[in-house]
Amino acid sequence: MADSGVTDGFEKTGGIERAKSEGKELTKEEKQRLRKEKKQQKKNKEKKDDRASQESGREKQGVSSAASAPQPSAQSAAQKAPSAVPAPVPVPASEAPAPAPAPADKPAKSKAELKAERRARQEAERASKQGKKGDPGQPGAAGKPKAPASELQPVVKRLPEHIQVDNPDVLKKLAKKLERQQIPLRLDYGYKVSLFSHLHQYSRKAPLTQQLSIPSTVIHPAIVRLGLQYSQGIVAGSNARSVALLHAFRQVIRDYTTPPNEELSRDLVNRLKPYISFLNQCRPLSASMGNAIKYIKKEISNIPSQCKEEEAKSKLLHCIEWYIKEKIILAAKAIAESSIEKISDGDVILIYGCSSLVNHILCEAFEKSRKFRVIVVDSRPRLEGREALRRLVQRGISCTYVLISAVSYILPEVSKVFLGAHALLANGYVMSRVGTSQIALVAKAFNVPVLVCCETYKFCERVQTDSFVSNELDDPDDLIVTRKGRTQLENWQQEPSLGLLNLVYDVTPPDFVDLVITELGMIPCTSVPVVLRVKNVDQ
Amino acid sequence: MELQAVLMAAGGGSRMTDLTYSTPKPMLPVGNKPLMWYPLNLLERVGFEEVIVITTKEVQKMMSTDPKMKPDVKMKMEVVCVPEDGDMGTADALRHIQQKIKTDILVVSCDLITDVALHEVVDLFRAHNATLAMLMSKAYEFTETVPGQKGKKRTAEQRDFVGVDQSGKRLLFMANEADLEDGLSVRKSIIRKHPRMHIKTGLVDAHLYCLKKAVVDFLTENKSISSIRGELVPYLVRKQFSNAVNSQKVKDDSEDQTQKNNESSTNHELLISSRDESLLQLAQERSCWNDHRGDMCEAYHGGKLRCYVHIMDQGLCYRVNTLAAYIEANRQAPKLFDEPPVHSSAAISERCQVGSDSIIGAQCQIADKTSIKRSTIGVSSTVKERVKVTNSIVMHGVTIEEGCNIQGSVICSNAIIGRGADLKYCLVGNGQRIEPEAERTNEVIVGTDQLMEI
Repeated sequence: MADSGVTDGFEKTGGIERAKSEGKELTKEEKQRLRKEKKQQKKNKEKKDDRASQESGREKQGVSSAASAPQPSAQSAAQKAPSAVPAPVPVPASEAPAPAPAPADKPAKSKAELKAERRARQEAERASKQGKKGDPGQPGAAGKPKAPASELQPVVKRLPEHIQVDNPDVLKKLAKKLERQQIPLRLDYGYKVSLFSHLHQYSRKAPLTQQLSIPSTVIHPAIVRLGLQYSQGIVAGSNARSVALLHAFRQVIRDYTTPPNEELSRDLVNRLKPYISFLNQCRPLSASMGNAIKYIKKEISNIPSQCKEEEAKSKLLHCIEWYIKEKIILAAKAIAESSIEKISDGDVILIYGCSSLVNHILCEAFEKSRKFRVIVVDSRPRLEGREALRRLVQRGISCTYVLISAVSYILPEVSKVFLGAHALLANGYVMSRVGTSQIALVAKAFNVPVLVCCETYKFCERVQTDSFVSNELDDPDDLIVTRKGRTQLENWQQEPSLGLLNLVYDVTPPDFVDLVITELGMIPCTSVPVVLRVKNVDQ
Repeated sequence: MELQAVLMAAGGGSRMTDLTYSTPKPMLPVGNKPLMWYPLNLLERVGFEEVIVITTKEVQKMMSTDPKMKPDVKMKMEVVCVPEDGDMGTADALRHIQQKIKTDILVVSCDLITDVALHEVVDLFRAHNATLAMLMSKAYEFTETVPGQKGKKRTAEQRDFVGVDQSGKRLLFMANEADLEDGLSVRKSIIRKHPRMHIKTGLVDAHLYCLKKAVVDFLTENKSISSIRGELVPYLVRKQFSNAVNSQKVKDDSEDQTQKNNESSTNHELLISSRDESLLQLAQERSCWNDHRGDMCEAYHGGKLRCYVHIMDQGLCYRVNTLAAYIEANRQAPKLFDEPPVHSSAAISERCQVGSDSIIGAQCQIADKTSIKRSTIGVSSTVKERVKVTNSIVMHGVTIEEGCNIQGSVICSNAIIGRGADLKYCLVGNGQRIEPEAERTNEVIVGTDQLMEI
């Protein structure tokens, strides 16, 4: 019985192979069988070890025949290895095309038999090798997040480089990469508070252009200008940075000429890589910039190779224009329209810092003759609230200005809180300017609704639950003030027990956020992964 | 390409005619290198690979023929000759080479000796998308006695009044004392936008300018401007706050391009910006940065024309356009290059004392018992026995016979100082002969043909 089952299985494999080799189309049943087999393979790879036995049992049931001769041998070989999953996987795979028996051919039978045996042996070897390799928990070793033989241990993804600054190996790798791309390395500055020693901390007085040649040849001048503007804070704010980045890319694309024997789709992407490293050195990339870069790279790689250069370039320029128009400008309009429904007459709205989107919403609401007043909350050292205050007052909106230390004093007056976001993470956390989570927390305590406005292009697949893991450290000298001609903190570096910390971002848990307004509609914070999935499917 | 370098080497050196009547200013030796070498070295050090040199035919000939005059830089130099009649100003020269200019330019004068970190100036130009970025330095008081100067120091030259904003970077006001007839008048529009202005007078203009290409195009249209320093820079600084320019700005935060097109003013050449003006505008609006605070205006007050200045307070910066500056530059120049002060091919005899701060050029012959302190001896000069040279500059091909005593003087090329002469604070012109046993103090000894020139 077992043997017949085996032969059936092998016959089936042989049948399909024969059909394929003869060039005939597979029949409907055969196609269905192939599809089922692929699905089962996928499922098997994802299942954990404790379900392996269940699976193999199910496999056996799925397969109409009972266990065959090669199977127990394969299983015993697998049992020698620490994990037993891979071994049953290929064997049922080979058996999967076995549901319905088919007429057998003698030569096909032996070929298929040999194949299955060979596969089983390979799996056994691989499993034993994985066992010898040791703990796959180390981040370096777990290059492939789904290592086949190590599903006993949890899968660890590789940590990004920019949050491993205290690891000298990572720094060495970074230095080598930058050297290869001919970009100078920017050195860290000053003493870093120990909790954040894994992040970069740069000084604004030591720009990266010091080490570049003056008519910059390696890096396109538009990118050098952009990097300078980022590092000096002239272009700040998620939307502004993305728009400026796309503008610089437009110039790069316009000035680009394909070198001979190269394809535009591959060469341009390689040309952009050092620029992106340079910008990253000037100021760590934001999530919105990352998404814009991903989009551009995808568009470039999708250019067909027979496309002429002029055509390709104009197509790319159009893509950039489309991206800005749709994802930033129109999205802002859509969000403004939905938000205006939430603003009623007599509202007292609290905003924090200077978010271009929130300012836009408030200005639009004011144009549509809603009666409300605004409380602008500000914090040191950036004091961005002053800029928001200026823009709102210029329109004629009546505003109050407080520092963040007074937020619990002023909150009883507030009816709604509108916050902007730098990025929305995949677990529903909101990453925004430092201080935002404080405001959300206090607002929650006072039962004031918190609405976060964010375009979908800022949605990020990263997951973070605290503000320590991944953040940005700004220049610590920004915290130094001179009052009445005296600068008390001038020599802070000489004090051994003093460290200055200038954080830029923090994360707000979704419990504090009541609604997220995006151009796709008003969604709760926990629906962010859905939007991400929908976006991925679209692309 | 980002920047093109232009070196202005056609200047006459009108303030030190005693030195320049025979040697053109760009070729005057400073630390045994032609004066032109210093700005070229600066450009080469920061990474320029090409430079356009605007000079006279004479200088070009000297550069190509005379080996000791040849500035040996690795850059590609494109020499453009202009007629020598001296009527061509620096702006006229730019107009002359307008065809060669394809991008923004960095104009340097040949008499600038500095060790500034050039990225400071260029970063202002890049980051703020400025129309003009220039370099200035705190003026240096020359303490060395200048040969030929009789009596007290002359009254200070015409001062420059430079107004900068609170950050010290934005240039608000620039005027020369000569242009101000009855007092300094500042426009109300400037004060309204920048209520705190610092006016400085003790600054020297290094004549290093980063200019946008649009300015060069503007110059070709307006042929009345002939000098960059004298006319173009004050014009640009004034134009920052001109109403005609600012009326082009969009009042609201909306990017309404039709509005801009309708209100084009006559000075639109200056405001030619990149083709993606709307994107830049969008980025600026969305950005939460402002360069000033306290009033209701957006960043830069909506002005499109911006002038910036970097004021050096440390480091070397000399404009070698007077004799005093020339002498000072010779003292300080060795700091700027790493060659050994004593050239390897100089034949210095054993029993002479050469101070560590002296520079001896190639193929010199220094005989016994000489003492050379704080001086520069040029190429192929001969110094015979028992000569004392202190605090002096001796150019190329000079012969100093035995027993001379030279103090605080400048001896130009090919001069011959007779035996036993005693020169204190003198300037000996080119090819002059000083008779033996002469005693001169504080005199300028030049040829008779030069005495006629005024």
